Amino acid sequence: MSSSPAHAATGFDVEAVRREFPVLRETVNGRPLVYLDSAASAQKPQAVIDAERDVYEHYYSNIHRGVHRLSMLATDAYEKARGTIRAFLGAASTREVVLLRGTTEAINLVAQSYGRRHVAAADEVLITGLEHHSNIVPWQLLCEEKAAKLRVAPIDDKGDVDMAAFERLLTPRTKIVAVSHVSNALGTINPVVRMTELAHAAGAVVLVDGAQAAPHLRVDVRAIGCDFYAFSGHKVYGPSATGALYGREALLAAMPPWQGGGDMIASVSFEKSTWNELPYKFEAGTPNVAGVIALGAAIDWVGCVGLDAIAAHEHELLEYGTQLLSELPGLRLVGTAREKAGVFSFVLEGVHPHDVGTVLDHEGIAVRTGHHCAQPVMDRYGIPATTRASLACFNTKQELDSLARGIRKVQEMFA
Amino acid sequence: MNDLRELYQEVILDHSKKPRNFRELPGANRSAEGYNPLCGDRATVYLLVEDDVVREATFKGSGCSISTASASMMTDALKGKTLGEAKALFELFHELVTADPSKAAAVSAQLGKLAVFAGVHEFPMRVKCASLAWHTMKAALEGGARATTE
Repeated sequence: MSSSPAHAATGFDVEAVRREFPVLRETVNGRPLVYLDSAASAQKPQAVIDAERDVYEHYYSNIHRGVHRLSMLATDAYEKARGTIRAFLGAASTREVVLLRGTTEAINLVAQSYGRRHVAAADEVLITGLEHHSNIVPWQLLCEEKAAKLRVAPIDDKGDVDMAAFERLLTPRTKIVAVSHVSNALGTINPVVRMTELAHAAGAVVLVDGAQAAPHLRVDVRAIGCDFYAFSGHKVYGPSATGALYGREALLAAMPPWQGGGDMIASVSFEKSTWNELPYKFEAGTPNVAGVIALGAAIDWVGCVGLDAIAAHEHELLEYGTQLLSELPGLRLVGTAREKAGVFSFVLEGVHPHDVGTVLDHEGIAVRTGHHCAQPVMDRYGIPATTRASLACFNTKQELDSLARGIRKVQEMFA
Repeated sequence: MNDLRELYQEVILDHSKKPRNFRELPGANRSAEGYNPLCGDRATVYLLVEDDVVREATFKGSGCSISTASASMMTDALKGKTLGEAKALFELFHELVTADPSKAAAVSAQLGKLAVFAGVHEFPMRVKCASLAWHTMKAALEGGARATTE
């Protein structure tokens, strides 16, 4: 397969990229590690590891407190990372960037702060049939509390959201629409711009779960037009337990605080406390200081490699792998949406995904097996689980060849 | 491939492809449903117990090769055992797949055919697959309707 123009133009060199990931030098059962589980969590390049170590070796301190030198340095680096994340998301202001533990916490914040204030009995929250549990359960909790209804726009056999049904399910009662940008289990890229337009026309606010999109696509929250956008640092080559919520300033300003504690207040007395300005109002307690600084380094690193070049490389791998896996008898790809990113989810006739995973692991190939925290998606296809191989910027066609060879071994064993 | 063959022994592969006693048991007087929330595997174990003896044991469900083979061989092994023997077998099997390898030889000797599951010990992520049917059987004997591996 020839390189796509974007790929050639940017001079993307996968071998050079691979050298930046120390973990790729590891072996598993005497074989080179083939890491195809980046949709669960991405590996870290040296730049990110160095950034986190640098904090602890030279200037770690708590932030937004103290007048001493280290506190100042740590605060500056932390806020600089916020600026990097703002640019990464295309947000207008750092006041719109709330630093959190990740997508799950971000969605819970919106459900508990915005949702509890704006959703009342008989109101509706609309999600889609391909959501991760973290974009289902927070809304269920909210709907249960408020006697509101959770509506679900179904997906078709390929894994695309039924847009006619989505449109029909939008009513004046719909207060919040929460959709994933990219599905973790199927790889479907949702038409979030169109979904946002439709939702806004119906008077609802829109949250986009960007956990699986941020590592693969250029995100621009203003181009999408959404009201909230959540992503996790660990999937964008950054540390775990870091991430951010983008929220439109006017909405965030009107929302009540979610968690109380240090840093989120302007003043405290036993009679009454007042809240800090945005975005600190939503950031109670000491955060993952070094982690956030390293997330800034991860985003800088991604920018350096080039998100468009990464997307082009991964798209090429997706096409190559789809062809390769489709040729294997007895293998069925689950999720074949027209617009797709980064994921091969499949079932093998007569072999349970757990056995696939164990045999592949023996070959040094790391894949995810199970329901991928998306049980309703599995139910939709009438299967308990799939095997999922997911891509990152450092994967190669040779690795996909290894995957195909591994799958043939599985089939021989369980023939 | 060696340790992988330790896990996927021929006997295990055979039982997973052609599970024995894979049916509901209309006359069952003990049964329980087992569920492994981690992977979605399900097993329902049916027992016919008379005079303190397991006369018949069957199962239904869906799962990986290890959990299917384990249920298949367990139901074979249970037939004719007293309730006390069945519970003792549960303890032995549990020890086989979880305890340290130094004890494995002694445990294996008492388990007969079931000793083929000793290889599971090297695959900690698969211990729950092997034990699902056993936990379910124990729940059925103790009068519980449900068992989970959590």
